[in-house]
Amino acid sequence: MAVLRPAGEFDQSYAYDMATMRRRWQWLALAGFLALLYALPAYGSPSLVSFVNRAAMIIIAVQGLNILTGYTGQISLGQAAFMITGGYIAVLLVTRLDWNFFLALPVAAIGAGLVGLFFGLPSLRVKGFYLAMSTLAAQFIIPWFLRNAFPEVLNGAQGLNAPPPELFGVVFNQPGRFLYISLTVLIVTTVVAHNIGRSRLGRAFVAIRDQDLAAELLGINPFKYKLQAFFLAAVYAGLSGALFAFHLRHVNSETFSLNDSVILLGMLIAGGLGASVGPILGAVLIQGILELATMAGPAVSPFLPSAAAGAVQALRPLFFGVVLMVFLIFEPRGLAHRWSLIKAAWRLRPFSH
Amino acid sequence: MLLHIDSIQTYYGSIQALKGISFTVDQGEIVTLIGANGAGKTTTLHTLSGILHPRHGSIFFEGQPIHTMPPHAVVRLGIAHSPEGRRVFGRLTVAENLDMGAFVRRDKAAIKQDLDRVYTLFPRLKERQKQLAGTLSGGEQQMLAMGRALMASPRLLLLDEPSMGLAPILVDLIFETILEINKQGVTVLLVEQNALMALSIASRAYVLETGSIILSGTGKELLNNPDVMKAYLGME
Repeated sequence: MAVLRPAGEFDQSYAYDMATMRRRWQWLALAGFLALLYALPAYGSPSLVSFVNRAAMIIIAVQGLNILTGYTGQISLGQAAFMITGGYIAVLLVTRLDWNFFLALPVAAIGAGLVGLFFGLPSLRVKGFYLAMSTLAAQFIIPWFLRNAFPEVLNGAQGLNAPPPELFGVVFNQPGRFLYISLTVLIVTTVVAHNIGRSRLGRAFVAIRDQDLAAELLGINPFKYKLQAFFLAAVYAGLSGALFAFHLRHVNSETFSLNDSVILLGMLIAGGLGASVGPILGAVLIQGILELATMAGPAVSPFLPSAAAGAVQALRPLFFGVVLMVFLIFEPRGLAHRWSLIKAAWRLRPFSH
Repeated sequence: MLLHIDSIQTYYGSIQALKGISFTVDQGEIVTLIGANGAGKTTTLHTLSGILHPRHGSIFFEGQPIHTMPPHAVVRLGIAHSPEGRRVFGRLTVAENLDMGAFVRRDKAAIKQDLDRVYTLFPRLKERQKQLAGTLSGGEQQMLAMGRALMASPRLLLLDEPSMGLAPILVDLIFETILEINKQGVTVLLVEQNALMALSIASRAYVLETGSIILSGTGKELLNNPDVMKAYLGME
């Protein structure tokens, strides 16, 4: 799958064909790469550690969106709202009920999932653009609710502060330590997402996306599977949001906005819809570019003294917009597709097409 | 009687597409519905498989009323529908498409048997197992759509315009295969615009015109009926 295969190697059994890893060196390469990531705090700069942290959490949110939009074809502009939901639930469980973070995390994810399920109900009736509009409702209703309802619990616009996660006396109070949590959760979500893509569930999602009439005729209940996709997408968002809340040690109704929902969708498009490596490639690329834009701000400002503040602000959306347009024109199927072409070329060399 | 349809009336919003259609299909038959564009042939099949629901009238499959069931429940009873325009999953391979046909089944051994049966019926599909369905020719896609429907192991197979847009040689092949599928014990309800081919393989036939059945009989009878010859076979 995600690894280059030499020419002349054929799939001689169904299990081999379906396998993600076929050779021992592939496992070794993966293990080596993960070891490098886990050891990052020992040799990487603090800003790199923070970047990997953020990227890992964002990838999780994009993986959720990939299940819903990439595999099932339901466009959602509400992913950021479900991230906030997960963040609030996790922080409340830890601060109000004294739960351990590691117990609160999965519960927050499921809580966010149920909220996502509720906002997925319109998918029974509406499709495409209209569904995108109705998921947009989540993006307005949820922050409004968090700002205005139960001020003594939700603390209004100020939001909630979170203590650092703790496990067996270890306090994850620095980015270098938090990295172990975000990477571990990312590994789990990646394995789950990858296997959803290859399973009966994933096939049902794809069938609904590509031919909803035929899918129904084959016995797939589209409403049931669409709701499952909404649930899973919001579970992923909830995980990501809960991690972010404890990484930033704070969550409020504006921690993630409509802007973030759009960026997550952009990351998915750049990475490749409906491919399990898509979210990883897209999130790292776009987040990297966005942070580059932030760093480029101070460098640009001397040339535009009168508009310095505005220019720095404008660089991020400008970079994002340009990258997205370039992808839509030149690589509409995303980096994942390019990667599969490279793999095919390697496999079929010297007769690649 | 395998299928009994009793004066169904189906609407699209306020427009009545079926104006009280009744007919029956017996075990082991090939029954065909012929008619011009807009006569209600596809609507009839969609009403049978639960995509549409009749406003009035009823449908019984093996004595059980099915006219209020959703499509995914109808499939489980043993009615498979190969839709008009084939509708294969273009981004899945041939083998994966066939797999999808068995979506409602769990009996792995029997699924494997049915897969072998489909590959025997359509050797071309076996050759192209790993090819993406979107890259198949129209005829191959039609074979795949029929094979996929057979993977549900149906007792009644609904075929909507299997000859649409195919070269004459492939039309012959498709119709020969329909006969073969029927010989293996699957009852077939065939909707066709190619009336000549449909009537020549059908045990019985119904002629639809603007939402009503105007004529019925055995395939042979209708082939020799002067009105049918004139209106649907282009013969004077």
